[in-house]
Amino acid sequence: MSAPTPADSAEAKAAILGRIRSALRDVPRDERPEEVEVTREYVDSHVSGDAGAVVDLFVERVEDYRATVTRVTEADAPAEIARILADKGIQSLVVPPAFPEGLLAGYQGSRLSDDPPLTPAELDASDAVITLAAQGIALTGTIVLDAGPGQGRRALSLVPDLHLCVVRAWQVAPDVPPAIRALIPDRPTTFISGPSATSDIELDRVEGVHGPRTLAVVLISD
Amino acid sequence: MSGEEVNVVWLGSPTFPKAAHTALQDTQLRRNLKHATTTIRDKRLRAVAELDDWETLRLAGSQIKDRVMRHLEEYLLQLEASVTAAGGVVHWAQDARQANRIVTELVRAKGATEVVKIKSMATQEIGLNEALQDEGIEATETDLAELIVQLNDDRPSHILVPAIHRNRTEIRDIFRREMGKHGIPAPDGLTDEPRVLAEAARVHLREKFLRATVAVSGANFACADTGTVGVVESEGNGRMCLTLPETLITVMGIEKVLPSFADLEVFLQLLPRSSTAERMNPYTSLWTGVTPGDGPREFHLILLDNGRTKTLADTAGRSALHCIRCSACLNVCPVYERTGGRSYGSVYPGPIGAVLTPQLVGVGTSEHADSLPFASTLCGACYDACPVRIDIPEMLVHLRAKVVDSHRGGLPKPEALAMKGAQVVFGSPRRLALAERLGAVAGRIVGLGGGKWLPGPAKKWTGARDVPVPARESFRTWWRKAGRG
Ligand code: SF4
Repeated sequence: MSAPTPADSAEAKAAILGRIRSALRDVPRDERPEEVEVTREYVDSHVSGDAGAVVDLFVERVEDYRATVTRVTEADAPAEIARILADKGIQSLVVPPAFPEGLLAGYQGSRLSDDPPLTPAELDASDAVITLAAQGIALTGTIVLDAGPGQGRRALSLVPDLHLCVVRAWQVAPDVPPAIRALIPDRPTTFISGPSATSDIELDRVEGVHGPRTLAVVLISD
Repeated sequence: MSGEEVNVVWLGSPTFPKAAHTALQDTQLRRNLKHATTTIRDKRLRAVAELDDWETLRLAGSQIKDRVMRHLEEYLLQLEASVTAAGGVVHWAQDARQANRIVTELVRAKGATEVVKIKSMATQEIGLNEALQDEGIEATETDLAELIVQLNDDRPSHILVPAIHRNRTEIRDIFRREMGKHGIPAPDGLTDEPRVLAEAARVHLREKFLRATVAVSGANFACADTGTVGVVESEGNGRMCLTLPETLITVMGIEKVLPSFADLEVFLQLLPRSSTAERMNPYTSLWTGVTPGDGPREFHLILLDNGRTKTLADTAGRSALHCIRCSACLNVCPVYERTGGRSYGSVYPGPIGAVLTPQLVGVGTSEHADSLPFASTLCGACYDACPVRIDIPEMLVHLRAKVVDSHRGGLPKPEALAMKGAQVVFGSPRRLALAERLGAVAGRIVGLGGGKWLPGPAKKWTGARDVPVPARESFRTWWRKAGRG
């Protein structure tokens, strides 16, 4: 097998585009994409009610996935976080860059910093990771990470077996459309809805395959 | 360059009626299928009912896809530019052979002899695993169901749940027998508890994830304006593949492009509820080119034609390319429920496979693919379930006409082909007729929501041009009146 050259790819591209053009002879040449109607009459959010109702729904929906949610005030957060980590027997915790120091004030175990970057094996050997989030989505019980401050690169929230995610109430969007609008497209983004799961065996849902088997959310509201 | 060669049909596959006949003898298979499809059908209805604007979302989804198809060249060029600007490399492949060659060379250039893979219809379609194997590269499927299929040297039977035809005891036996040959063996005392089986897969695969330097994925969508590519999954094996290896190679059908990032608001509502019947699937990954210090350092996007432009050329068949591979149409199909996916002999089973497979390979080129449009009762359930409103029944009728035309004067006799597809599934003409009538009744009930599943272009049938096709008449009834049966 000889290696494909850039010329091969250019030739393939020209051939594909040529075939597309001849396949679409029925499309008027001067038609612009925007002229193909898209009626966006779907609702922007299926959630009614005030911000409190949105947050309540978020909690309910995250719990539907058998993740745990602990609601705390900013002042109580460090103690609650420490308690959760202690309850789970966490000895080594991955802490992403720029994670707020204050939130870990009560945690006694050892910390793994990602600077220099932890190897996959080191991540695998850790007990848990704690991160902030970029957003929450109430209707679907989703947490969105975008590798922003306090979240770390994607591998950090993936390899450890427990993910403790700190979400602030104001970060919770009611539904998918507003959440998509708030995303920054060029950031690597992960939507997390409950712990890793599979339904591949007789469609029985089993939590915990390759991602963290436990997802614990701490929701800080004031 | 040679002309494109398309083969999404498994070599040596018997025609649908023959394969279905065999499948129907397998009572274990039928029980597994019945259980699985019934479960997911009910769940999907509940998930969909939660959104009162579901029909509006479906409409928007189908319109966005329509826009993409009509302006595919423009969107692909825009996607190429934005992926390139974000540090990715775009390749173009006309057919399976070219795509496999590109992947092989990219893997070789990294000095790798193994790759980890995320379940992907496109790579199954091109037979990538086999092609890599021929070049001495081992590809490991990391999706649990795909792993089950791969370990057993089996064939997948469902788009979403490829091992739907295996029950827990069969899976336990496969793990016990095969895992050790490919890496970490199944633990002693492995039971058939799904949780225990999933744990065995976790341990078996984790070692491979941590070691892998190259991953291969498909894509659920790619946004032309930003170059963002997305993969929707459940287990986290996708995230492992997309995040840990240094090199990521994504193979994507050209029809998967979306105009803009904002369109995700439609598809991330439609897809999870239609496929796994969840409000949201556990994990969705979006990435744009490469991000220094986070994830792969190299990203290659291979844009695959492999018969798609052929499908695009048929204005009545074009919308088969709208498919977002949710598998809802499989789960509601009475034929699929009885025969399972492997009878379709194609990587695309069920109703969507029956319209996509013959178009990708070309009508009139394979007896097998030509038999697929007949594997239906035209009950219309697939259309109602489809999140992007693909009118599969109408397309089936259109393709039947094309098949008949292409066989004019040749073999096999179209009439023989025609009735056997669905009839064999239901055992007798009488039972097929009953199934069709029930389908028509169901169609009327659900059709209130704007269903237009009637076999409209049936009049294209040569020799029957003057036979009117009454509304909601089953294909079989019509066929008989048309003097064919
Ligand atoms: S044809 Fe429609 S229902 Fe079937 S898999 Fe494709 S998108 Fe889903």
